[in-house]
Amino acid sequence: MTAGTLVAWRKEPGDAVRRGDIIAEVESDKADVEVEIFMNGVLEKILVEPGEKVPVGTPLATIRLDPGEVEPAPAPAASAAMPAAVPPPMPRAHAGAPAEGRAPISPAARQLAAELHVDLATVTGTGPDGRIQRRDVLAAAEAQRAVAAPTPEAAPRDKQTRMRQAIAAAMMRSAREIPHFHLASTIDMGAATAWLAEENARRKIADRLLSGVLLIKATALALREVPELNASWIDERVMLHESVHTGIAISLPGGGLVAPALHDADRQSLGDLMTNLRDLVMRARAGSLRSSEMSDPTMTITSLGEEGAEAVYGLIYPPQVALAGFGRLHARPMSIGGQVVSRPVVVATLAADHRVADGHRGSRFLAAVEHLLQTPEKL
Amino acid sequence: MNNDEIREVVLRLLSQVAPEADMAVIKPDVRLRDQIDIDSMDALNFLISIDAELHVEIAEADYPKLTTLDNIVAYLAGKLTVDG
Repeated sequence: MTAGTLVAWRKEPGDAVRRGDIIAEVESDKADVEVEIFMNGVLEKILVEPGEKVPVGTPLATIRLDPGEVEPAPAPAASAAMPAAVPPPMPRAHAGAPAEGRAPISPAARQLAAELHVDLATVTGTGPDGRIQRRDVLAAAEAQRAVAAPTPEAAPRDKQTRMRQAIAAAMMRSAREIPHFHLASTIDMGAATAWLAEENARRKIADRLLSGVLLIKATALALREVPELNASWIDERVMLHESVHTGIAISLPGGGLVAPALHDADRQSLGDLMTNLRDLVMRARAGSLRSSEMSDPTMTITSLGEEGAEAVYGLIYPPQVALAGFGRLHARPMSIGGQVVSRPVVVATLAADHRVADGHRGSRFLAAVEHLLQTPEKL
Repeated sequence: MNNDEIREVVLRLLSQVAPEADMAVIKPDVRLRDQIDIDSMDALNFLISIDAELHVEIAEADYPKLTTLDNIVAYLAGKLTVDG
């Protein structure tokens, strides 16, 4: 995502805003998002009106911070900015793009911007602390060219077309830039399915768990054991994330998919995960995801569900460095203690970035997932 | 509640989890999963809505019996007769 259209304001100038409030709705090619505020204060001035399309990082409004409220920007007024649906690098850009003149920028990037006639105010920095680098300028120049090209606007672009184009851009970048390797393990789900049947028999129907939440929790916990897979690849190096925010691939009615974050999946109980997953799926399909959910995933999980194929070998969503895939739960003959028996199994796969990890560590991750699923009562 | 009324409720609740599907063309004796694009979350939400509307407790062990429109209606009719 390089730009978004402001759909509506939920707050007016003069309104008090608290951390976590939804202040505006934004529409992008990939998804409709709700813009969250990450500070306490008063909405002072609206800078972008409904219907306006602006580049990612553009300040949308200024916020007068409450006394004592600390934000990265030293100025008394901060801004809320157009969120990036494609995960930006850490840290999350809470206060939006730095004002022109204060944006940290490398000399080489500044020179390149002058050569390419790129307005630095439209460039989102992806370096440390939002520093603008040559690659950011190149990306902005490319985006300008794309906007200037006559073809895309000549043909009507419906939502479905824009969705496919957004997926195409992310996946082409993934296939072009990330040296993927794939691993697979067949996991015995006997213990997990037996435990789940017993657990669900005790629960009211509205509180029952899907086997998918066991897979999510096991993946999130396994990431703690192999933390380099819970990371981003930015500026030729790996940046580890402290929190585990699993991106959940959710198919949308009419086609396409989004992969918003289920925050802190490693710390949630299975019951909470189920509640939050249900909410996330519902809002993804209703088009009301929050900006942080679009930008926060630290590793994505794709699960094909009951009707899917036996295994999925996925493409990593950049700048993430790994993607876990789970195929359909099905019965297979397995050799246990020299006897061939029928067991419920799921094929777990890992797509990993070879710049960050190797087969040995990837295997360790799948082994951890397998191990965790043998004691589902501990998840 | 007769079978036609149950069928009407089931189709209405089904259309809530699969709003893009055309309920008029559902074949009653063919697996719903083969006719409508629903996943396990949709299926669970559908059963939860049945529970909420008809007050029929559906055990998870019974899920495999609930695959077509016909067998869902028959299952619910049986439950409603016993319970009601």
